[in-house]
Amino acid sequence: MEKFEPIVIAFCCHYCAYTAADLAGTMRLQYPFNVRIIRLPCTGKVDIRHLLEVFEKGADGAYVAGCLEGDCHFLTGNLRAKKRVALAKKILEDAGIGGERLEMYNMSAAMGPRFAEVAREMTERIRRLGPSPIKKNAKRIEHSAERKEEQTAEGRAQSA
Amino acid sequence: MRYAFYEVREMIIAESKPIKDILAMVEPYERILVVGCKGCVTVCSTGGEKEIGILSSALRLARQARGKPLEIKEATLERQCDTEYLEPMRVYADGYQAILSLACGAGIQFLAEKFRKHPVLPAVDTQFIGVAEEQGVWTERCQACGNCVLDRTGGICPVARCSKSLFNGPCGGSKSGKCEIDSQVDCGWQLIYDRLKELGQLEKLEVIMPVKDWSTSRDGGPRKRVREDLKI
Repeated sequence: MEKFEPIVIAFCCHYCAYTAADLAGTMRLQYPFNVRIIRLPCTGKVDIRHLLEVFEKGADGAYVAGCLEGDCHFLTGNLRAKKRVALAKKILEDAGIGGERLEMYNMSAAMGPRFAEVAREMTERIRRLGPSPIKKNAKRIEHSAERKEEQTAEGRAQSA
Repeated sequence: MRYAFYEVREMIIAESKPIKDILAMVEPYERILVVGCKGCVTVCSTGGEKEIGILSSALRLARQARGKPLEIKEATLERQCDTEYLEPMRVYADGYQAILSLACGAGIQFLAEKFRKHPVLPAVDTQFIGVAEEQGVWTERCQACGNCVLDRTGGICPVARCSKSLFNGPCGGSKSGKCEIDSQVDCGWQLIYDRLKELGQLEKLEVIMPVKDWSTSRDGGPRKRVREDLKI
């Protein structure tokens, strides 16, 4: 069987984890290509809807990486993200996707090696868990995505 | 308080039902409408646009994981307790097998009355009429008894705030300002006493309140209010 390569989405704060990823690159540190980064102005911007949407779009895992607790550029954004991640984990668990596919991490902008370590850790965890249960029906997901687009197009036509 | 405007918002408070219960309700269906309300349930973060987004996402994920996809159309109505906001849903409602509503019990029932062909399912448990004491904390204030006595009790309701709804309290279960049902719950009559003392109106407590006529409350059966001048 082909080795499973998971898709892991990383929601990274511009002021810490994103800069740490940049530093990891500058330091020529290797980290898994599985991790796809989405930059946020602050992890406080992350919404439960975004966290669930990545799984709907076919991600196998996701994590939110914010500043160290007490060091948030906007004071408490990372603490808010922490609570939202906790709730999203519960929702994923209830939905049968598995709460362990989502995690919250904290790091500073100077922690390039830690960024690479977290990327490896999360990729390994998801690899161990296997593909997301929704992937079995990937074709149908595409189908419903198309429908959604059609619906939005319809909506636009109606409002015009 | 920086945001005094948001300090107190009275509304109907509801709580989301567990996802597994909702999944069981929608089990027989493949296409459903998930309908939120921009009224009270949006303000108490239970059934607004954001919450229907989260719930729909969770339901789609759960069903997709079991290989039994669920098609969902999300809509958030201005209010579900007014016909004019429900009617526009007719344009697309027929394409769906059931309607899952995140409005309060009144909204859900009105929806069920107007859309006779659709099974209408509740996604929330409606709890009480209350206020947002702080961000994320709601507490009960009113039980809609239909005959307000707040002028006599310093603006604190003995029906909603006293666990026994006593009219001449407190009872013997009041201890250090707390109620015997729970050490975290304030004694309603202690609150009334403190407030009347602040206002210099303690003499109001000397007036014995008569037995309350509960016919204006639930005891009189379902209630109805008509204003002839407003009818068309």
